[in-house]
Amino acid sequence: MKPAPFDYVAPATIDEACAALAEAGGGARVLAGGQTLMPLLNLRMSQPFIIVDINKIAELKGIARGDGCTRIGPMTRQCEVIASEALARDLPVLVQAVCHIGHHQTRNRGTVGGSIALGEPAAELPATAVALGATIEVRSTRGTRHIPAGEFYLGPYMNALDADELVTGVSFPDWPKGHITLFREVAQRPGDFALVGMVGALSVEGGRIARAGLGWFGMGPTPIRAKAAEQTLLGLPLDRIDTQAVAERAIADTAPFDEHHVSAEYRRTVGARIFGRTLREALKTGELA
Amino acid sequence: MSKHHIEMTINGRRHTSDVEARVSLSDFLRGDAGYTGVHVGCEHGVCGACTVIVDGKAVRSCLMLAVQADGAEVTTVEGLAAPDGTLHPVQQALLDEHALQCGFCTPGVVMTLAALTNGDAKPSEAQLLIALSGHICRCTGYQGIRRAAKKLASADHGGKT
Repeated sequence: MKPAPFDYVAPATIDEACAALAEAGGGARVLAGGQTLMPLLNLRMSQPFIIVDINKIAELKGIARGDGCTRIGPMTRQCEVIASEALARDLPVLVQAVCHIGHHQTRNRGTVGGSIALGEPAAELPATAVALGATIEVRSTRGTRHIPAGEFYLGPYMNALDADELVTGVSFPDWPKGHITLFREVAQRPGDFALVGMVGALSVEGGRIARAGLGWFGMGPTPIRAKAAEQTLLGLPLDRIDTQAVAERAIADTAPFDEHHVSAEYRRTVGARIFGRTLREALKTGELA
Repeated sequence: MSKHHIEMTINGRRHTSDVEARVSLSDFLRGDAGYTGVHVGCEHGVCGACTVIVDGKAVRSCLMLAVQADGAEVTTVEGLAAPDGTLHPVQQALLDEHALQCGFCTPGVVMTLAALTNGDAKPSEAQLLIALSGHICRCTGYQGIRRAAKKLASADHGGKT
């Protein structure tokens, strides 16, 4: 249970990192927080020729608001998201989601970009990015691309990144002050992967749903945007929403599978219940606000 | 494969070494620096036994390369008790509450609690308990550890790391 030998570079700038990835021609792995890559190396499930450690790249860190969005540097650690007063104010559901990633000890190392790039289907951050309509900025020596989170995930641990591309930012669009947040997951123990989870935000104007961003995790090969549920909700007055019917529509967008300790049927059943319940409770809070 | 020159402070003492990039911080602390209080359990981030404090934060030392700790300040369980043998408040609380049996998971548990209760931090009992979810203990049944955490949440616990 020791990693196979590899070369190691720790560039100081994004340009140097991109150059190292280009030169490696697909034989490199990017080391961000290491909370998934290190286990894979230790178990020899991943045996790269070279590790490109991006921990020393200052320009990949930090949280900034502007141009209608909050941009989070990929090397921002999960514990920094939890501690951020700006995010607690502007994107509370993101903070809520990050609080559920792994454990205190892994959040001290684990990063936003690492979780976004990995694309674990049961992970909180990719689903939050998809639900809230985030954009993922990626760079290589060939240039910069901006990929909508909804188009970034192709399958379990498969994303739209080319081998020489590096995630350089994740931008979450602003939501109006006082918007409604939704988050709930079911896991066997605190810190375990979610068996079923949902996340999202709603904004209300004149007593009606004006904007909806809802998503699922653990409910298919990728994080899934609950588009049918969003469409159903848009324009509805708050007191006329049949939450369980919306939840049933949300389930229609999912594609859960059987695993050794949870069946697809369980996921659909529990998913519909937590979606409906979370929506109902969130709307109650929204009416009071 | 390339060797890398690293320099770090472990329990207040400077250590320099040349390491292969693939050496984990946990193996470096045990094998190279001799701090065998760092217990290596699962080596993939699940059990928490290898938890140490790096630059003030509790982290899994099996999930970090030694080369990444270049320039860092590292504390292992050996660095907690006073030179005269007086136990750190976290160690004392675990002892008082019978919170260990075989002791394999204990150094990790101690380091998480020590990091969270360090200095002016006044963590709630709930915060300590949820952080303990990052540790697996196979013999105490956790109740002693929970009692120790409860005590630490309310106690006044010095300013030591």
